[in-house]
Amino acid sequence: MKTLIAAAALAISGLGTAALADGHENNPARPVMMVSYGAGGATDFQARIVTMTAGNEDALGMPIAIVNRPGAGGRVGWNWLATQADADGYTLGAYNVSHFVAQSIEGGVQYSVDSFEPIANWGADPAVFVVGADSEFDSMQEVVDWAKENPGGFTFSGAGLFVGHHIAALQLEKAADVQLAYIPNNAGGAGAMRAVIAGEVMGGLNNLSDAFRPQEAGNVKSLGVFDLERNSFPPDVPTMMEQGFDIDNASVNYRGIMVPKGTPQPIIDKLAEIVPTMFENGSVASRMEAGGSPMHVMTRHEVIEMWAARQETLTELLAGL
Amino acid sequence: MAVALLIPFTFQLEPASGLILLGAAYTSTVAGGAVSAILLKIPGAPANIATTLDGHTMARKGHGAKALQLSFVSSAIGGVFGVLLLIFLTPVLAQWALAFGPSHLFWLAILGVTIIGSLDGSSVVKGLLSGCIGLWLATIGFDDIMGAQRFIFHDSLAGGINVIPALIGLFAIPQVINMFAKGRKRLDAEVLEVERHPVGDAIREVLRRGRALTIRTATGSIIGLIPGVGGQIAGLVAYDQSRKMSPEREKFGTGHSEGVIAAESANNATVGPSLVPLLPLSIPGSPTAAVLLGGLLIHGIFPGTDLFDNHPDVAWTFINSMLIGQILMCVFGLYIAGLAARVAQVPNAVMAAVVLALAIFGSYSVQTSMGDVYIMAALGTGMYFLERFGLSAAPLVLGLILGPIAEANFVQGSMIANATVGIGPYFFTGALNLTMIAVVVASIAYSVWMELRYRRFTTKEDAIEKEEALT
Repeated sequence: MKTLIAAAALAISGLGTAALADGHENNPARPVMMVSYGAGGATDFQARIVTMTAGNEDALGMPIAIVNRPGAGGRVGWNWLATQADADGYTLGAYNVSHFVAQSIEGGVQYSVDSFEPIANWGADPAVFVVGADSEFDSMQEVVDWAKENPGGFTFSGAGLFVGHHIAALQLEKAADVQLAYIPNNAGGAGAMRAVIAGEVMGGLNNLSDAFRPQEAGNVKSLGVFDLERNSFPPDVPTMMEQGFDIDNASVNYRGIMVPKGTPQPIIDKLAEIVPTMFENGSVASRMEAGGSPMHVMTRHEVIEMWAARQETLTELLAGL
Repeated sequence: MAVALLIPFTFQLEPASGLILLGAAYTSTVAGGAVSAILLKIPGAPANIATTLDGHTMARKGHGAKALQLSFVSSAIGGVFGVLLLIFLTPVLAQWALAFGPSHLFWLAILGVTIIGSLDGSSVVKGLLSGCIGLWLATIGFDDIMGAQRFIFHDSLAGGINVIPALIGLFAIPQVINMFAKGRKRLDAEVLEVERHPVGDAIREVLRRGRALTIRTATGSIIGLIPGVGGQIAGLVAYDQSRKMSPEREKFGTGHSEGVIAAESANNATVGPSLVPLLPLSIPGSPTAAVLLGGLLIHGIFPGTDLFDNHPDVAWTFINSMLIGQILMCVFGLYIAGLAARVAQVPNAVMAAVVLALAIFGSYSVQTSMGDVYIMAALGTGMYFLERFGLSAAPLVLGLILGPIAEANFVQGSMIANATVGIGPYFFTGALNLTMIAVVVASIAYSVWMELRYRRFTTKEDAIEKEEALT
């Protein structure tokens, strides 16, 4: 029996050490960046690419380790960053706007735009409206006309509720004054795209970067980009504005780095100065381009403005729900 | 998991080398999960749950080496068949994989639910009860589609119950407690004689059961094709079908070779087909396939026509690496089978501590979260008491896995149905829906018939005897 107790004690002391590593006593020797989505997802692999030169002398001089805290559409990770992470300047987080702003407006989470300090933005991925390759629709106007004749009958997929695609769907309904049937998919953007290609739904909203591949392969047609300007990736897809819909860039999925509120100002200033130059590194840009991930570097001040603007638009859009 | 961990390493490698690494890891993890399933009754992944049912019983009887050999040989055969399907039939099968919409996936999940009851063979009612607990556990957290919060009393539960910590807790912890409970016995009292088993015999045995092997491999491949469901339930469905069709059905669950062969050939046969929608259409068919997609993109390789037109060398290197990976995995597996089976000789006291440490480490490392460790410990302790009432872990985990599939597809399907044809026609018409419903009805009818037929023969004493023989 003594052996047993000793063995159990040994195992439980292992538990104790693990708990300690998770706690606050442990000051990390190098920066850690929390990604609130699983390893291998778009946010994760972009985060890994844009931070891969952090160890260079002209950047931070030390590599950034990526830690994934996935769950509940990012809510688990952002809750952790807002309430439990150390604001010591070593703990960074990746943000997805509109996701976390929309979730904080929806409620039930412990963060809002005021819980975090932005550092810099690395990417922007606008939403695009796609239909199957053999669809009868060739422009957004045709979609809207059909939907006006069949209120609530036009089914289209997107990556979930309170994400960029959902925002874009709300914008479209408002701007065109139609009722549509938005079907959130539980398998994210990939599942939403599958539903379009398989013909389960009549159309879909998806990330421009993810819609590009099936379009090249001849499986879908892209009808409109939900951004202020056309994108250089498929330059022939018109914006919604060009097609006469008053839709701005509120649904664009911005990705960047932030820190929890309370991080010392000198560290924020230093990171805000270095991180954008790190994103602009040539090897980062070429790898991002190869992966079809649109880059869009913004400084801390630009991001602060963007967050504030997003907070305002989304509060108004989501108020009707 | 292994694939996700390896992705960062492939950044620095040539695309071909990186993909060989990912392809080989992808093929091996499913088969590797059988080792702990057989020796420790802890399935390495949801795919290996069915393997515990007969595999671990074999190991307990001292046939651990044989069980491992059977599992690796049938894994390799199933796996090679799956990859061959991927090579030769991708264009045809890709269209078929797309045919499964929300209504069909919903019925598929319901088919899984009908298996729950008969899974551990002792009592349908108790099986269903464990299944219901699993289904309830699956609702915890923010729901996938509407974002509604359910049963979140603590932050750790916000993300829901992750299947891996649940799997570890439900299977490992009751055993650890049992081992400690038996601790008063002398340490060397229970050491089993491990029977050596020639590899040739295992291969012959697998081939002798050719009929089971072919049917299960085919079942696995077909289920592997269906996006989003794939590997997690293929092993269980195949095991269940094997038992229902076998003339020796009462031997299942008592250490029957065919149980191991069915489960492992089917779950490995899903590996190749799960990539069928990915390579031509760039739609990942499983979570691991999604991670692989990330790994391809990072090298600037887009699955789809681009992959085969512009990078045929990379595409074929990747596919061939999976084929060779299957065979090497089998050779390596057969080599370690002899050594690994000695695990059965480790005294309970040492074993309990080792399993407890591994359980904690394993749960923590999935999402580097202590919350998962607490969930694992809580579920495991609860399971220990449930086992006292004759409930078992396998149906519970199956409920946990099937719950979200059934729910999400029902919600999506009904949203589409409401906007178009209405719920009735959407879920109950069409050849595929009707076929699925027919299979579900047949499965329920069979369970009822078996329950009625066998209740007459099985008395309470028999059941107790059987349970005692196992523990």
